Amino acid sequence: MNDMRIADRAVDTHGIRIKASAVQVYYGESHAIKDVSVDILDKAVTAFIGPSGCGKSTFLRTLNRMNDTIPICKVQGSILLDGENIYDKRVDPVQLRAKVGMVFQKPNPFPKSIYDNVAYGPRIHGLTRSKAELDGIVESSLRKAALWNEVKDRLHAPGTGLSGGQQQRLCIARAVATSPEVLLMDEPCSALDPIATAQVEELIDELRSNFSVVIVTHSMQQAARVSQKTAFFHLGNLVEYGETSQIFTNPKDPRTESYITGRIG
Amino acid sequence: MSDISANGPASAGKPRVSILGQSARMKSRNRVEGIFKTLGLTAILFSLAILALMIFTIFRDGSSAFFQTRAAFPITLSAEIIDPAGNRNRDDLTKQTTMTYNKVLNEAFLAALAAQGIKTDDVPEKEITAMISKGAAGEIRADVLADPSLVGQTIEANIVLGGRIDGYMKGRVTRESAERDSNVTMGQLDIADRMKEAGMLATVWNWDFITNTDSSDTRPETAGLGVAILGSAYMMFLVLIMCVPVGVAASIYLEEFAPKNKWTDLIEVNIANLAAVPSIVYGILGLAIFINILGGQMGVEALKMSASLVGALVLSLQTLPTIIIATRSAIRAVPPSIRDAALGIGASKMQTVFHHVLPLAMPGILTGTILGLASALGETAPLLLIGMVAFVANYPAAPWDGGFSDPATALPVQVYSWASRSDPAFIERSNGAIIVLLVFLLIMNVTAIILRRRFERRW
Repeated sequence: MNDMRIADRAVDTHGIRIKASAVQVYYGESHAIKDVSVDILDKAVTAFIGPSGCGKSTFLRTLNRMNDTIPICKVQGSILLDGENIYDKRVDPVQLRAKVGMVFQKPNPFPKSIYDNVAYGPRIHGLTRSKAELDGIVESSLRKAALWNEVKDRLHAPGTGLSGGQQQRLCIARAVATSPEVLLMDEPCSALDPIATAQVEELIDELRSNFSVVIVTHSMQQAARVSQKTAFFHLGNLVEYGETSQIFTNPKDPRTESYITGRIG
Repeated sequence: MSDISANGPASAGKPRVSILGQSARMKSRNRVEGIFKTLGLTAILFSLAILALMIFTIFRDGSSAFFQTRAAFPITLSAEIIDPAGNRNRDDLTKQTTMTYNKVLNEAFLAALAAQGIKTDDVPEKEITAMISKGAAGEIRADVLADPSLVGQTIEANIVLGGRIDGYMKGRVTRESAERDSNVTMGQLDIADRMKEAGMLATVWNWDFITNTDSSDTRPETAGLGVAILGSAYMMFLVLIMCVPVGVAASIYLEEFAPKNKWTDLIEVNIANLAAVPSIVYGILGLAIFINILGGQMGVEALKMSASLVGALVLSLQTLPTIIIATRSAIRAVPPSIRDAALGIGASKMQTVFHHVLPLAMPGILTGTILGLASALGETAPLLLIGMVAFVANYPAAPWDGGFSDPATALPVQVYSWASRSDPAFIERSNGAIIVLLVFLLIMNVTAIILRRRFERRW
């Protein structure tokens, strides 16, 4: 495993939200994540970059145990969320996912109204006691996702009728509505056009003030624009992890340099 | 990029072929495609033609079953004959059998013919009265028992005529075929012709065909589908409430909850195999398990020969695999992204399935269920083995009066049993029953389409 330069993270002023140590992930026989240790900071955006198949999405999905839905997937090591191991036997992954929300690569709103999409999480978790309270959560979530002004007049129109970028922001609003502590985003802009991408990126930057955001991206420019910390994955290894500016301007590992200059990947 | 274009075909020294004409290879590819299209079109046209032919023959032979020739004439229900006790008491009235009414009916018929000035002296009186259906007296008697105040009155009755006269009016019986038929005489046909001229005969819409029970071999004109329709409806209802919960629950478990291992593989293979088991095997199973063991040896009262409950159990066994297979594929067709979305915001497995997967799979589940029911509705073989082919002259009781275990028949079985009788009038009824069956199937399929439209959602 590549060494992690603790010194590079000395600028850190926030607490650590997720502490992953020596994580191994196996899909049946294949070893997808090899001994990855990473600290995810609170109120910061952490970007995972790397070529396709390098394991960055897999690692992201271990952070809220979405990999549990794949029967052949096996995770070793420890991932501490606020000091508690999320792979502990006593943890119910359903409860965990309310704290660690997720936004997916393809916008996947429910085929329900915009309102119901956002209200679904608070409803199932019993976060509200009244309709007014629920309305409040829906509005504030849509505002956080910068979608409120576009949809406030048609909250009961189907969410699937929105444009791709709006759908993705709706999915972000839906994830935000359960007030998670960490928001995982798996290539949230890969299905969007540049304008929608810019809107979502702006949004991610705003979300940073409330959440710890982890974003997987193929676009290095995006990682450079939105993140404070960047982790470079290659062939299942965490090659380098550090301040985004340092990774892009002064990479320590030759592989990182090759990747960001376009020679591998 | 420039490297790639430099190595392109243009520089390989190949002569440039114009794209305005077709090369020999392109021509042969197009020819094969043309042949394939023609074959496909031919296949479709052929099947449409067969379907049209089938529907045409069924309607040609069966539509006349919905009409019945009746003779209109007044009948005086003389109180001295019908109600000798003279008290209009229903109990006393029931003592008079159809024999009495036959006498009244025959006299009224002869009198009516005379009143219309129809020449009858060339035909024996016995032959004339035999033109009336043997079931007609029973109908009058039922009317009187339902309303005793009719006694003593003169009613304008529409009397059902015998199957041969009915057939003659509809063109099924001709004078040539009647010559070889001992059940009808030329004299009767003459009288029928004269009655028609005098306006006494009318071929009218025949509700009795839908509502009557089956009748004996000698009275095809009064046979109806009532018991069969009721039996089929009971069975469909029972199959629905037994199959859908079990089938959908099994499918959800297998698709969403069960681990994928050799046991679930084995179950999957077995469900697929069950769907392919010949239906008569289920009939034998039903006879052995439900009727002999459960109903006979263990004494479960409700499981009797010919009962629609047993029929429904057998049909359920047969329909269940179909419903499970359809439901599973509908559940599988729900995009995984929806499951991810729900799980990603902390929905439990159960909430994911019931809030998102099931509503999206609903159109497929409904279609599969209704198509499964439709095939159960048309199923004949297993019902023959559990005795639903019996002659059932009484309607089953209402469901809350234990009607599910009363003897009943089913539409396809009625088609079979009428088709196997010798009188051609029953063949007409058999085709008519097929039309009724087709109408029910059509209604079910249209329901499936409407429900699918209603539940369909985009994602």
